[in-house]
Amino acid sequence: MKISRKVDKIPPSGIREFFELVIGMKDVISLGVGEPDFVTPWNICESAIFSIEKGFTSYTSNKGLYELRAQISRFLKNKHNLSYDPEQEILITTGVSEGLDLVMRGLLNPGDKVLIPLPSYVSYYPVTFLAGARPVFIDTKKTGFKLTPSLVRNNISKGVRAIILNYPANPTGVSYSRKELSELSKVFIRNNLVVISDEIYDELTYDFSHTPISTLKGMKERTVYLNGFSKAYAMTGWRVGYACGPKEIIGAMTKIHQYTMLCTPIMGQIGAIEALRGSSRYVAEMKQEYKRRREFIWDRLNEMGLECAKPEGAFYVFPSIKNTGMDCMRFAKELLNKEKVAVVPGTAFGLREKDHIRISYASNMSDLKEAASRIENFLKKR
Amino acid sequence: MKGILNILEKDARTTPEEISKMVKKSTASVKSTIKKFEKDGVIVKYKTVLNRELIKDDNKAVRALIEVNIAPQRGHGFDHIAERIYRFPEVVSCYLLSGTYDLMLVVEGKDIQAVSSFVSERLATLDNVRGTVTHFLLKKYKEDGDILKRAERDKRVAISF
Repeated sequence: MKISRKVDKIPPSGIREFFELVIGMKDVISLGVGEPDFVTPWNICESAIFSIEKGFTSYTSNKGLYELRAQISRFLKNKHNLSYDPEQEILITTGVSEGLDLVMRGLLNPGDKVLIPLPSYVSYYPVTFLAGARPVFIDTKKTGFKLTPSLVRNNISKGVRAIILNYPANPTGVSYSRKELSELSKVFIRNNLVVISDEIYDELTYDFSHTPISTLKGMKERTVYLNGFSKAYAMTGWRVGYACGPKEIIGAMTKIHQYTMLCTPIMGQIGAIEALRGSSRYVAEMKQEYKRRREFIWDRLNEMGLECAKPEGAFYVFPSIKNTGMDCMRFAKELLNKEKVAVVPGTAFGLREKDHIRISYASNMSDLKEAASRIENFLKKR
Repeated sequence: MKGILNILEKDARTTPEEISKMVKKSTASVKSTIKKFEKDGVIVKYKTVLNRELIKDDNKAVRALIEVNIAPQRGHGFDHIAERIYRFPEVVSCYLLSGTYDLMLVVEGKDIQAVSSFVSERLATLDNVRGTVTHFLLKKYKEDGDILKRAERDKRVAISF
């Protein structure tokens, strides 16, 4: 069957073949996983099981259960002093991925340009393209994988409408302090940009407290804040996220959502209510564990000569493999074949230079130790 | 300090070198902190958590939880009689509780007879022991935070973004 020309134009993932290789191999320690190794805290699971037993199996309001929106509103108010009206400014989405697609389609017109810092999470480019807009990539390699005001300014041209921010970032783990965000926000305001801020890793910020960009002066009215339950509460498979922003864009997103997704599955929404209500202890425990692993793996990688900046959040390190002389795909393949450790080549995240790999430390300590020894062994044997 | 204990409590085999990376302290300082914990009795010992049900041909021991009612002694309260009791090697754990009885013991023997004779001959006959109630343990599901099942397989897809 002939398919849409637009979809046909999206290039297939260059590392599909590598994935197949990993999935087909036994006894691999995978440091290529982009989700927590923890299982969802039991209080959350239990509340969802109970709700199914009680017969909560129907649709919800398109916007999501009011109770969940109200909880999110209270949570953001208490934590960040951010005020979003649960009636008009919050939409429950099926993960941040759906939220992102909805913003793009609700916001952009054909020909609008969107700034996307590279390396980036894999869906930013396709959803921009599918919305009919034009991505403008900003390579952040020279500035430690961080956007700077001048990088943004240099990439402004006619038709640039929005920018996608993601911090703490996948795949690099870098994040922004309040001061850095404040400097960036001035450029965003001056150029009248809409900021689409994917802050899904916010709870996993290790060295300073996370600042949502919408808390900064003049930013709330131009920001769509995307977040969800996947990472902090180890709820990836539940697919629950939320979008907060000005009522016009949330209204537009709700319109698309009601005709496509209809609503986020009710069991997930009920689990999310419990997550906000009684899981802060588990979030703190998981964060402490990730923090220890970060210190460990970062130290080990530098020790064996794979240089990397210290990640400030999320659960990724993004070391350079330049001094091995291999490109990232070859490095990943050989490491897999010789030592049975899987990592993700940096090119998967849109980087043109082939000299980085993403290592996820969402693996238990003993796997992480073993994987580090194997990588060290791999490097020594070369 | 507490971080080191927390790490060792989860996995006693973590080496000082590994701990030093995790808590950002020198290996020497981690080693000396652990030494001090050992000396002060904060760290009592290092051992392995077993699920005996999975050991083939294991001489399966029988365990019982025993409630003990005690007449406290003048000048000693419960401590003296508790010591008389917990020094028996059959007593695996010994707790003083609030509520309708005083001591809760975990007692281990090679079979039901061994536990029964310990209770009837040694424990119940002690002065100050007013009465005992014995509950034999049928199955262990979880102990000290560890669920006693085979390690679960990682259910995640091996690679994801």
